[in-house]
Amino acid sequence: MYDTVIIGAGVTGCAVARELSRYEIKACVLEKEEDVCSGTSKANSGIVHAGFDARPGTLMAKLNVQGNRMMEELSRELDFPFKRNGSLVVCTDPADRDRLTELYERGIKNGVKHLRILEREELLSLEPHISEEAVCALYAPEGGIVCPFGLTIALAENACVNGVEFYLEQEVKQIERMKDGWKLTTGTGKIYETKTVINAAGVYADVFHNMASRQKIHITPRKGEYLLYDKEAGEHVTRTIFALPGKLGKGVLVTPTVHGNLLCGPTALDIEDRDGVDTTAEGLWAVQEKARLTVEHIPTKAVITSFAGLRAHEDGHEFLIQEAEDAPGFIDCAGIESPGLTSAPAIGQMVANMVRNKLKLKENKKFQKTRKGILNPEKLSLKERNELIQKEPAYGNMICRCEKISEGEILDAIHRPLGARSLDGVKRRTRAGMGRCQAGFCTPKVMEILAREQNIAWEEITKKGGKSRMVIGEK
Amino acid sequence: MEQYEIIIVGGGPAGLAAAAAAKREGVDRILILERDRELGGILNQCIHNGFGLHTFQEELTGPEYAARFIKQVQELKIEYWLETMVTDISPEREVTVVNSRRGVCILKADAVILAMGCRERPRGALNIPGFRPAGIYTAGTAQRLVNIEGQLPGKEVVILGSGDIGLIMARRMTLEGAHVQVVAELLPFSGGLKRNIVQCLDDYGIPLKLKHTVTAVRGKERLEGVTLSQVDENGRPIPGTEEEYVCDTLLLSVGLIPENELSKQAKVVLNPVTNGPVSDESFQTSTDGIFACGNVLHVHDLVDFVSQEAENAGKHAAAYVREGRGGQKDVRKAWEDCTIVCAGTGIRYTVPSFIDIQRVEKEIAIRFRVTAVFENCYVELLADGQLLTRKKVRVLTPGEMAEICLKSDEAEKYPNMSVLQIQIKEA
Repeated sequence: MYDTVIIGAGVTGCAVARELSRYEIKACVLEKEEDVCSGTSKANSGIVHAGFDARPGTLMAKLNVQGNRMMEELSRELDFPFKRNGSLVVCTDPADRDRLTELYERGIKNGVKHLRILEREELLSLEPHISEEAVCALYAPEGGIVCPFGLTIALAENACVNGVEFYLEQEVKQIERMKDGWKLTTGTGKIYETKTVINAAGVYADVFHNMASRQKIHITPRKGEYLLYDKEAGEHVTRTIFALPGKLGKGVLVTPTVHGNLLCGPTALDIEDRDGVDTTAEGLWAVQEKARLTVEHIPTKAVITSFAGLRAHEDGHEFLIQEAEDAPGFIDCAGIESPGLTSAPAIGQMVANMVRNKLKLKENKKFQKTRKGILNPEKLSLKERNELIQKEPAYGNMICRCEKISEGEILDAIHRPLGARSLDGVKRRTRAGMGRCQAGFCTPKVMEILAREQNIAWEEITKKGGKSRMVIGEK
Repeated sequence: MEQYEIIIVGGGPAGLAAAAAAKREGVDRILILERDRELGGILNQCIHNGFGLHTFQEELTGPEYAARFIKQVQELKIEYWLETMVTDISPEREVTVVNSRRGVCILKADAVILAMGCRERPRGALNIPGFRPAGIYTAGTAQRLVNIEGQLPGKEVVILGSGDIGLIMARRMTLEGAHVQVVAELLPFSGGLKRNIVQCLDDYGIPLKLKHTVTAVRGKERLEGVTLSQVDENGRPIPGTEEEYVCDTLLLSVGLIPENELSKQAKVVLNPVTNGPVSDESFQTSTDGIFACGNVLHVHDLVDFVSQEAENAGKHAAAYVREGRGGQKDVRKAWEDCTIVCAGTGIRYTVPSFIDIQRVEKEIAIRFRVTAVFENCYVELLADGQLLTRKKVRVLTPGEMAEICLKSDEAEKYPNMSVLQIQIKEA
């Protein structure tokens, strides 16, 4: 019998798992995909929001600001890339100035620090490519950018090292109430009995909630499409540029990523398919058009890839983080849409506290709060790097030429806790294949390493688990 | 810091020919840096024949063609490092490399020859909408999987883009037992060589659909199908023309991009049309002592022309070293006194961009591509607006590189020529 079973190894589930691992607990995470960070957490803006957006007094507002404050220390503890680059909400119509002021005041109420309204001149001095139409902007120096994979995987690895079990490719199919807890059955027929359940299933959270509770909730997958640009365009803006939410809906943002690319998006389209992460011609066109409203001269030709992600939009547009009233021990983390990534550390803490109080958990004295990420030889001094290559020659063998990723880093990604098993797993952990050639060059090399290290045939290698096989085998 | 007279970045056809030529010119300390496990570059995976007709008057396979140059390099005792990645080139010609044996080291060269080749344009650059399943490869990646790794990407294939690698792979996949359903091309003409269309598509009954593109990708895990749509003259899909294809593999042959990331680090100015360095008659780039040849300079369709070009670049680099021109001359300033080669009507680009007429010995080949298909036309060379020479051509297509020679005795008539224009004149 588990103390806790967490459904979903996205950023929320992994944050909860990591916080719970501070206690003596028998816990596991069930994930339907072959890797952690495979749903909403892998396809989003990667923004650490300052917290001026959410309505004051909401859980969303509170957890956003808390999460933002926690992110810096967490990034040091768990060694993932995070940068406080600041964000700007740009107002392009003098008539909208009031609404910008409103946003400023909302931010103050939410407890966001150092907010300031910039006039056009100062704005242009900070961001030379800002739109000609720009009138003024709300500047939030506390805004930041994070690697969403880096954050989620770091949380998962740290939870794993601290004793939380992870079961991948285990899709929960059935949830039944027992006398003193819950019984979860997965697609492979495995049964997990537990005292408490954490429902962190993203766009599927309503499905599981509604299995456990009679008070139904409803989640809409809201698709957002993005364009990612070459690093060459990465300095086009230095801060995250938002449009003032307005008549045209919540605008498209333009931001550098923490790895130095430029990212534009998302669109917002409510859909039915909970796995509907296909991009559309209209959507990608809209991203370009809307990005142009706040930032000029975005180099269209520098696009290297496009993708779509789904936000788990709950009808009330609020985080539902609570024990379901008629389902004791069944705790929802539902409706975790933006600013969900930012809030994740705070959500983890909040939910872990709920479970600790409920199960009267004792502190885990062996808890290791730090984790080392995959070593990036580029960050070493020349001397250190050469010592490393002498000891581990694989660090001198370059596999991904665009992102300069060595075999050593890929071996680390495969062999560390919850290591990569697929091409996308390697990509999210190391960035091999994320550069301008989009894996054209390194695919066969990474496949060779995956086959060798896992002792599997080439035809068993997948892009992302399931039926996503890369080749059909020996000719 | 180890010192070389010439460092050549890339051990493919361009690097090999440049190295051999420079060595024959008497340059002793030459080093070729190659990132793969063997010399030869992309030729190693081009196991089809058709290479070498111009150079050797023989039809060779890619590896055979490469082997002839590798042999020369070995016989000339030119040093080369394999599995070595160049990570930086400074404008002062300091080359930073990394490999497993030596770690990271910085080498200094009197001259550098850029011969990094090109890479394939990925799906993302085209914004093809749809899911992102397994089974979508650039044609060259598929070629490597099939010919080097012995792995077949899939069985039911659609190819987007009629570049040469796409055409070659249509045939190759067919020979491996896959079913290639169609090759779709956005433009009203193929970007590939005529002989490849005949030998790789027509001979196997594979249809080529011009003015078509992929407008949807289906399949969440492995590719399950694509939609092809006809496009209008602006390349935009025409609603109502959608055709569904059930397939597990989509190969992309939608353009090659010269690989100039290192060139940019060396402050080399690039031509936005070719995406390769702006160069002069000696194949020197805008950075003093840095030369470029092969597909990194501009994408070629025949390797024979790469070898020719690289041989010239090697000779010029050797002359540069011999003349002890090392240092940091301002090349861009020097170009101000040169003749500008200008792409006129019907011409997309020219290589070189600048010519120092005084330095032309006998003749210089000006290579170019046209903007559209031209039949029975003249290619004209104009010196400051005066017709210098012209030649009649039966057909010119954007897919085939062409050249016209400027003879030194003709050029000498215009010693102060400021603009040399090439243009197409319909007959």
